[in-house]
Amino acid sequence: MKHTLSALVENKSGVLARISTLFAARGYNIDSLTVGETEDPSVSRMTITVRGDSKILEQIEKQLNKLVDIIKVFEYSETKHIERDMALIKVQANKTNRSEILQIVDIFRADIIDVCHETLMVEITGDEEKIQALIDMLKPFGIKEMVRTGIVAMARG
Amino acid sequence: MQKTGSEIFIESLKKENVEIMFGIPGGQILPIFDAIYDSGIKFILTRHEQGAAHMADGYARSTGKVGVCVATSGPGAANLVTGLATAYMDSIPIVAFTGQVPTHLIGNDAFQEADTTGITRPVTKHNFLVKDVKDLAETIQQAFYIASSGRPGPVLIDIPADVQRASTEFAWKEKVEIRSYKPTFKGHPFQIKKLADAINTAERPVLYVGGGVIISNASAELLELAEKSGIPVTTTLMAMGAFPPDNELNLGMLGMHGMYWANHAMQNADLIIAVGSRFDDRCTGRLSGFAPKAKIIAHVDIDPTSISKNVVAHIPLVGDAKSILTELVKQVNKKKHSEWLKQINQWKKEKPFGYKDDSKLRPQFVIEKITELTGGDAIVTTEVGQHQMWAAQFYKAKHPRYFISSGGLGTMGYGFPAAIGAKFGNPKKIVIDISGDGSFQMNVQELATAVINKVNIIVCILNNAHLGMVRQWQEMFYKHRYSAVELFTHSEKPVPDFVKLAQAYGAEGYRATKKDQVIATLEKALKVKDKPVILDFIVEQEENVLPMVPAGAALHEIITGLA
Repeated sequence: MKHTLSALVENKSGVLARISTLFAARGYNIDSLTVGETEDPSVSRMTITVRGDSKILEQIEKQLNKLVDIIKVFEYSETKHIERDMALIKVQANKTNRSEILQIVDIFRADIIDVCHETLMVEITGDEEKIQALIDMLKPFGIKEMVRTGIVAMARG
Repeated sequence: MQKTGSEIFIESLKKENVEIMFGIPGGQILPIFDAIYDSGIKFILTRHEQGAAHMADGYARSTGKVGVCVATSGPGAANLVTGLATAYMDSIPIVAFTGQVPTHLIGNDAFQEADTTGITRPVTKHNFLVKDVKDLAETIQQAFYIASSGRPGPVLIDIPADVQRASTEFAWKEKVEIRSYKPTFKGHPFQIKKLADAINTAERPVLYVGGGVIISNASAELLELAEKSGIPVTTTLMAMGAFPPDNELNLGMLGMHGMYWANHAMQNADLIIAVGSRFDDRCTGRLSGFAPKAKIIAHVDIDPTSISKNVVAHIPLVGDAKSILTELVKQVNKKKHSEWLKQINQWKKEKPFGYKDDSKLRPQFVIEKITELTGGDAIVTTEVGQHQMWAAQFYKAKHPRYFISSGGLGTMGYGFPAAIGAKFGNPKKIVIDISGDGSFQMNVQELATAVINKVNIIVCILNNAHLGMVRQWQEMFYKHRYSAVELFTHSEKPVPDFVKLAQAYGAEGYRATKKDQVIATLEKALKVKDKPVILDFIVEQEENVLPMVPAGAALHEIITGLA
């Protein structure tokens, strides 16, 4: 099962290395990891998605909390929260199918951010499912390149 | 007043009441050694950085204080790693200082540069690279706090040479506050109540205690709890000495080379109360066959990650063992479990523990005599291997911090430098390293450190001419195919001659080849007061450590029988 963890960490060099060392040493797999500053510049927020049963999740949470530079860890599966991921997708396009692609992009409320003779670049923000659905729709046209930010999450209210 | 980084280093150590450091100087830590020169803090020059780390560790374990070691950049720092990893696995408070190339050269592959914080990250509780002299004092203060609080562990501070030379105002805080580090000390009252209830209703309870009890100085509370509620106690290797060896409730060590009855008590208990132990594989045997009759497993530990890591705890209790045991004692009923103890005694009679008492010089005999001659009042350190297990089985340490061994990492070469460190911390106590001929050679260079500093310790080498524990496994599980375990063959003269080696360094060296020489040899060694003594006991080569739970077997599937 997939879990989303959010960690408030000291905005210091080496913190990311500590977390990746921990995951590697304990054999946990990271699905995605994002880091960025918060409203307090001395604090960064990391959003980590991992796979594993509840026992592994419990260990990961505790191990993260144990790291000296981690201020607080939240696990979101029991909490109402919002998750967002962003993807840039470079899709093959030509005169004949360009408008069809534009229609699909429109339905998903995604944006075209670059147009060339042979490609279109699509930007989409949303939860994982929505992004996956768009990818599935665009696949038949030929996806040349794709990049994703990884999930960021925040509790509601 | 402005002070240089090096002066701040000394000032900070004095604030932390550091009385001794172990280490070796080098290029990138010269400014700090210049400050050490007339600092008044004792500095012990070792012959290898690994020795320095183990000495700091032995000092810390035997005194309860933080051990300090110092090394230069690159190879110096890298040589500390085994010592740090040893301390990390056994939760020992050490603060290690390393020199680093100047900040402007970091990352340039400069001479003797290594990514020290990168290398040591997985083997320290925390580490720091100090890039600005203004942060130095606070970092040192935090390092000592982190090393010694919560579940203790080693902390490393890497200090570039230019930071050692730069100057700033020295400031020391009244109290350390780290917003991201708040260890829990007090147990949750509700959980304590729950555990007390479980103890009061249990029929076959066992206390399974580990090194945490020693670290939190909770031996007196443990004794009180065990005696009041009539619960037998089994200890891990790390907890030898935490419970009086002659107490009728003491079952001795459990696990792979534990006592038959201790393992059976675990397998038949209805309540297991783990205190400061971590359900390590050497203690539990095959997990799927562990404690099948336990209705409740309670786990007291200051480190939440230890709880429910290997064995699910029905009553998790995060906090300091001493404070939790104190509360528990108040809430448990006075009780005797005579039926349960009778059953345990039955197991004792069924498979008594011992070794073959014949005319041969067997290693167990030597340790038994050490117990007899010292009364368990000597601090014993060990290396790792067969002799370590025999020491755990046959040395009856009377007090906590009197049995010092590399339990988690299993570091050969640990015991000798650890004994030197322990002696510096306890100059009036007898300190004995129970060693093997393999392990001793892993840090034998520290003989120089011991002789020069007149460190009066005794090294008892149980010389079986082999890497004995590996040989035992090859004998039992690899059809006697002895692969790379002979340290010298029967026909050859022993290499090295440990007696001559001792003499070459200026230490005393005596040898015993016969059983009837053992007591006289030990007595002679105990009379020496101003130098290390190396004792070479030529023991039976193919003696095995028994009982034994083979790897992958459950605790009760234990091989017994006299060796």
